[in-house]
Amino acid sequence: MRHILRRRDIVEDSWRYLGEEVGPGDPLIVPLAELRAERERWWNWTGRLGARLKPSDRVEDLTADLPRLDLVAVEFPNPGDGRGYSQARLLRERLRFRGELRAVGAGVRQDQAFLLARCGFDCLEPTAAASLEAVRSALHRYDVAYQPGAPQVELRRQRFFGRGAAP
Amino acid sequence: MYGYDELDQALVDQRVAEFRDQVRRHLAGELSEDEFRPLRLRNGLYIQRHAPMLRIAIPYGLLNARQLRALAAIARRYDRGYGHFTTRQNLQLNWPALADVPDILAELAQVQMHAIQTSGNCVRNVTADHLAGIAPDEIDDPRPYCELIRQWATLHPEFTYLPRKFKIAVTGSAEDRAASEVHDIGLQLRRSAQGEIGFSVRVGGGLGRAPAIGQVVREWLPLPELFAYLEAILRVYNLHGRRDNIHKARIKVLLKSLGLERFRAEVEAEWQMSRAGAPQLTAAEVERVRGFFQLQPYETLEDYDPTAGREISFKAWYRYNTRAHRVPGYRAVFVSLKAHGAVPGDMSSAQMEGVAALAERVSFGLIRSTHTQNLLLADVPQHTLYEVWRELAALGLAMPNIGTLTDMIACPGLDFCSLANAGTIVVARQIQERFDNLDYLYDLGEIEIKMSGCMNACGHHHVGHIGILGVDKHGEEWYQISLGGSANGTTALGEVIGPSVAQHEVAPTLERIVETYRELREEDERFIDTVRRLGVTPFRERAYAAHPAAA
Repeated sequence: MRHILRRRDIVEDSWRYLGEEVGPGDPLIVPLAELRAERERWWNWTGRLGARLKPSDRVEDLTADLPRLDLVAVEFPNPGDGRGYSQARLLRERLRFRGELRAVGAGVRQDQAFLLARCGFDCLEPTAAASLEAVRSALHRYDVAYQPGAPQVELRRQRFFGRGAAP
Repeated sequence: MYGYDELDQALVDQRVAEFRDQVRRHLAGELSEDEFRPLRLRNGLYIQRHAPMLRIAIPYGLLNARQLRALAAIARRYDRGYGHFTTRQNLQLNWPALADVPDILAELAQVQMHAIQTSGNCVRNVTADHLAGIAPDEIDDPRPYCELIRQWATLHPEFTYLPRKFKIAVTGSAEDRAASEVHDIGLQLRRSAQGEIGFSVRVGGGLGRAPAIGQVVREWLPLPELFAYLEAILRVYNLHGRRDNIHKARIKVLLKSLGLERFRAEVEAEWQMSRAGAPQLTAAEVERVRGFFQLQPYETLEDYDPTAGREISFKAWYRYNTRAHRVPGYRAVFVSLKAHGAVPGDMSSAQMEGVAALAERVSFGLIRSTHTQNLLLADVPQHTLYEVWRELAALGLAMPNIGTLTDMIACPGLDFCSLANAGTIVVARQIQERFDNLDYLYDLGEIEIKMSGCMNACGHHHVGHIGILGVDKHGEEWYQISLGGSANGTTALGEVIGPSVAQHEVAPTLERIVETYRELREEDERFIDTVRRLGVTPFRERAYAAHPAAA
C-alpha cells in the first residue's frame, strides 16, 4: 500500500493511477494525454478524477478539465528538472486550482520538500524508498523566506509580498 | 554596505543547518554522490582535481574589513592560507575538506556571508560595477538593486532548479564595467525625463561554448516592476529552456531558437498575466535597502596632485592603479592581485589581513572585488595615497599594472579545475616574464588579456582584447588566440586568428602581435582600436611568421 504526505499527515493513498488495479468508483489519476484523447470517457468516470502532468505538458491544456478534477499530479522525474515548480504556481495562481496538488516521482525528496510546498503542493509522493517522516520534518527546515509563497508553509517572517497581500 | 536583519541572518543560519545535514547524510552513505551533487553545487561546493573547491559569495563584490579578515582566517585554518578571487567577484578556496565545509559556512554566517547559489543550475551571485557609488559618470548606484535581486533570488521556490546556471549583472554607468552584455540578464540603469529609475533589460548574453551578446528585450522597465519582470523571464526559461543537452540549456539558446520577437512576446505576455501575484517591490523596501548605501561621511577636501615631488615608481602606481572619484580629495585605489610571478586573482591570508587593516584606516572599512580579479579601496583620501602605496607595496599588492597587458584575467585552469583542458597559471607566468618591463607595458597601453582553460570561459576569453583559450590537442595543452573582444563600452566577441599554438609559444606569439600593433598604431590609438580599424589579418600574418610550432 502506497503512503503519501498530505499536508502534515502521512496517510495511505486512496488514489490509483491508470494502469494500476482499479475498482469501479475508485479515485483515479489519468495522464493529461489520455484525458485529452478520451475526454468524455474520463469525465463520466464514476469516482473522483485526477490528471497527471509530465514536465513537458502545458498547464494551460488542462484548463477546460479543471472543474472536473479533484487532483493534479505533477511529475518530477529527477531532482534537477524544475519545470514542475512553475507548473504548480501556474495551476494555483493563474488557473486557481484548489484541489489536491501532488508532486510525484524520483525528484520529490526531503531536500526539495520546502520549495515544493512553497509553490503550492499540498501532497508529496516520493518514491517508495524515501522516508516520509524525513520529508515531513524537512518542511520545517526554514521558518523565513524572501519571496511570497503558498500558505502550505507557515513562516515566521517573509520579506516580499504579492500585490494586495498584507505585509 | 548592506547589513543583515534578523530575517537575513535566520535564513543563512538555517541554510547552514540544512547543508550540515546534507553533508552528514552523504558521508553516512544515505545520499549517493549523484544525489548529493546538485545539493552541494547549490552551495558552491565542487569536487575538483585535488579536493573540493568552495566558492564563497561576495554579493556584487562588496566586503567589509571584518569579512575579509574572516576569509583570511578561514583560508588559513581550513585551506592553505590563500584564496582565489574570480571574474564573478567571488572567492574560491581550493583545498577545504568536505567534512569541514559546514563549519566554514557557519563561520561565514557569523560575518553575514554565505556560499548560497554560487554554483549549480540556479540564479548565481549578482554582480555590479566595481566603481558603483563613486563613478563620476553614474546614473544611480546599482548595488541596492543588486541586493534586492540577491534576496529575491535566494532560495527562490520556483527557480532553484533551472535548466542551467543563470547570471545577472547590473550596471549604473554609461561605461559598462560589469560586462552586463555577456550575462543571462544584463540590467542597465536608466533615469526617465521625470527622474524615475528604471532599467533596460538585456537577455541572452553569455560566454561559454556559444558566446552571445545579450539582446534588448525591454528598453524601459520601471523599478517597481523589477521582480515581476525577472519572474516572467525566469518562468519562460524554466518551462521552455532545453534540458536534454547541457550545452544548449542556457537562456541564450532559447532566445535564439525562438527569435528575439517571439521571446519578447512570450515574456511580455507572461509578465502581464503574472505580475499581480509576483513579489512587489515597494518604495519603502527600496528606501530601506538604499539607506545602506548612502554616501560615506566624506571629509571636505580638495583635489591636488599627491605625486608632486614623489619618486617615479609612486607616480606610475598613481597613474595606473588609482581612479577618479566623484568626491573632491578622494581616489579609488586598485589592490593589484597581478604581481608578476603571482597567480592572477590569488591572495594570501596575510595579504587579506593587511588590506583589511588598511581599509579600516583609509577607506571606511570597505573593500571591493572586481571582475578583473583585483581588489579596490574605493574611498581613499588623496593625502594618504603615498602611505597607502608603501603599505600595499610591502604586501606585494602595488604592482603598477592595472589596465595593462599583465593585468590579465585567468581562470584557475588545469592545475585546479577538473573541467579544464589546459593550464593557465603556467601561461600567465610566461606572459609575466616576457612582459616584465614596465616601460614597455606602459608603451603598449591599455590591453586586456583574458584566458580560460576550457570552453566554459570562466576567464572570459571571448571578450578579451586578446583572448587565450586552452584546448586539448591529442593530450597536449595548446592555446587558441583571438583578437578584438571587448566587454565594456562596445561589447564584441573576439575573432580567432588561426591555428592554436603550443604552450611555450603563447608568450612569443603575443609579443609578435603587440609588436605589430606598435608598428601599425596611429598616434595614441589603443590596441583594441587598431584591431578594430585594421581587422585581424595583419596580426595573423605576423603572429605565425617564422613559427614552426604552429599546426
